[in-house]
Amino acid sequence: MDLNYSEEEYAFEAKVKQFLGDKLPKRLSDKVKGNIRLTKADMEEWHSILNAEGWLATHWPAIYGGTGWTPVQMHIFEEACSAANAPRTVPFGLGMLGPVLIKYGTEEQKEHYLPRILDGTDWWCQGYSEPGSGSDLASLKTRAVREGDHYVVNGQKTWTTLGQYADWIFCLVRTDTECKPQEGISFLLIDMNTPGIEVRPIITLDGEHEVNEVFFDNVKVPVANLVGEENKGWTYAKYLLTYERTNIAGVGASLNGLEHLKVIAREQQKDGKPLIEDPYFARRMAEVEIDLDAMKTTNLRVLAAVQGGGAPGAESSMLKIKGTVIRQELNDLTRRALGPYAMPYVHEALDEGYNEPPIGPEYANPVSSDYFNNRKLSIFGGSNEIQRNIISKMILGL
Amino acid sequence: MDFNHNEDRRMLENTLSRYVREQYDFETRMEIAGTDLGYSAQKWAEMAELGIIGALFREEDGGFGGHGFDLMVVFEQLGRGIVVEPFLSSAILAGGLIAELGNETQKAMIDDVIAGGKLLAFAHGEPTSRYTLSDVTTTATKSGDGWVLNGHKSVVAGGDNADSFIISARVSGDRMDETGIALFIIDAGTDGVERRQYGTVDGYGAADVFLRDVTVKADALLGEDGGAFAAIEKATARAVLALSAEALGAMEVVKDMTLEYLRTRNQFGVPIGRFQALQHRMADLLMEVEQARSIVINAAGALDGDRLAREKAVSAAKNLIGRVGRLVAEEAIQMHGGIGMTWEFSMPHYAKRIIMLDHMFGDTDHHMERFIALSSAA
Repeated sequence: MDLNYSEEEYAFEAKVKQFLGDKLPKRLSDKVKGNIRLTKADMEEWHSILNAEGWLATHWPAIYGGTGWTPVQMHIFEEACSAANAPRTVPFGLGMLGPVLIKYGTEEQKEHYLPRILDGTDWWCQGYSEPGSGSDLASLKTRAVREGDHYVVNGQKTWTTLGQYADWIFCLVRTDTECKPQEGISFLLIDMNTPGIEVRPIITLDGEHEVNEVFFDNVKVPVANLVGEENKGWTYAKYLLTYERTNIAGVGASLNGLEHLKVIAREQQKDGKPLIEDPYFARRMAEVEIDLDAMKTTNLRVLAAVQGGGAPGAESSMLKIKGTVIRQELNDLTRRALGPYAMPYVHEALDEGYNEPPIGPEYANPVSSDYFNNRKLSIFGGSNEIQRNIISKMILGL
Repeated sequence: MDFNHNEDRRMLENTLSRYVREQYDFETRMEIAGTDLGYSAQKWAEMAELGIIGALFREEDGGFGGHGFDLMVVFEQLGRGIVVEPFLSSAILAGGLIAELGNETQKAMIDDVIAGGKLLAFAHGEPTSRYTLSDVTTTATKSGDGWVLNGHKSVVAGGDNADSFIISARVSGDRMDETGIALFIIDAGTDGVERRQYGTVDGYGAADVFLRDVTVKADALLGEDGGAFAAIEKATARAVLALSAEALGAMEVVKDMTLEYLRTRNQFGVPIGRFQALQHRMADLLMEVEQARSIVINAAGALDGDRLAREKAVSAAKNLIGRVGRLVAEEAIQMHGGIGMTWEFSMPHYAKRIIMLDHMFGDTDHHMERFIALSSAA
């Protein structure tokens, strides 16, 4: 057993850090650090910087324009990006649709869509959940009926993250109602500019607009936009979800969150002394730090087991649960650390160019809204309850 | 032994419960919280008219309640409606301090408070004091027969709309000393008083108050010069009970909504409440909310007793409420799934309030530490 990176891996890490030092615009890292909202243009700017380096599609094989990195390299990259406060890449094209097309798409589809994901021509969003189909995704009802060389799509998707920016949506649709729910689903690529599509915002409990409802009213979709075989969409959907879950562990984000928490706990006072010296608070912090230490290694163990590419299987459910619980615990502690200053909230202060002095410490404003917003982590991408079902069934055989 | 409220309190409870249900529904509450003013002068006047503010004061102070169980009844109902009007700041904290320490002239102000005509706030916490009540660095220096105050008071509940502040300041001693703290009643418009008003993340109003060479006459002093700590501790105990009862009311609503959701939300062909994993978690919520009710009853019962028993009981309440509150808020959101994350739905706003109550007058850890210290003092 050797817990150190190899020499090549250390060299790679140095190269990544060098790149981030040279190419990550300070304007963007300042925004990420200060929890200022990123605009669509900000996200596109970072994508294009990574793409110029050939480092945008970390999960794709090199022949499709990906990095062809090993899982350990991806991990090093993710950790370094988080530590440098780089924006997270938008996952829908890169981390979700890309791998599905690479595995199940036709050559034409790969040639057409993959380069457009890389160069930013197409912004993708995910059409999975429906109002009546959350954890029970296979019960989805959005209907696609074939008419000649088109499908006609009717129905509604929900929780569509950043759908307000999207050019395209990949959708799970029902193409057969006469069989078991899982067997009548197809995977369709739909141009968001097609007549009959309407996007409506959903405002979340923190007052933000991240997610949307997407309505389909007699939307005509060319049959060429079907991925894989008709009625086999469930297989592709599940394949995509394991990718979604790998990304969701968020070790890098947690390490960053822990550092941020320590800065705050050193600065906040309790009885005239730094909060970090308070035994009650120190104990809470140490517990999360220990969990995170273990999580880092669990994550690397799962990654090492799938060296040579691909995505981990049911083990990714473990990463998702533990990863999200740790991130949420860090959000909770950061909120606690602030004491009464966790309460004031100025929504506009999250916008670029807000010039009023902060209320309380400059880091305080977004902390509680982040805590509330990140309750989503244990809900989306397959709730932590569903992940436990997967572990029970797939790993434990119960 | 009798765990029923007496008839007067049952009437009070019915009155306020009906008012919240009929006149202060969720849409109304969100509309009020979203205004620039941050509260409704009309609702405030109507609730004053119903005697809700008066129920928080003793008869000898012009009210008709003021005991622990009166506070519990009122604040549980306010919690059920996530009511944003300044009952805590004006009546419990500032009003309570005037009732406790005021001379006849100062006490005359209470009638205005009870009638809803005057809004007060207690400006005590400071940017570095966290939850420690004796940590006061704002100074008051004698000048002629009056005083000059300097300092910064932070996150003053109800400070956004207060007509007058009760401000704590150090007249002698070191930063952490319990002795040497005095209280002053100061009009918000006094020269040198500047406030920054803002809303909190859960929709309530507050302010930071800056004092720069604020000059006041001798009659601004409330109570003894340097001996205010005991009254501050007592007013805080009343506030902690009130907030604990408020959290209890909010948790009852959240619990009921979550149960209803488990009964009606279908996934995998059945209501999700049929899944044992969720049944057990819902059973835990029920038990914990019952425990929360018991600890609030304990604190209400001890509020008018001797200091040590009172302080232990309120610290026990705030600690348990903090723990149960987090569980209830987070589990309710989790069991609701995506819908529990939306602005449009009422439950998440209750959850936000429950979580934020842990940041007022001492969090779970603060009151745990305090409970241990008080236990060893016994």
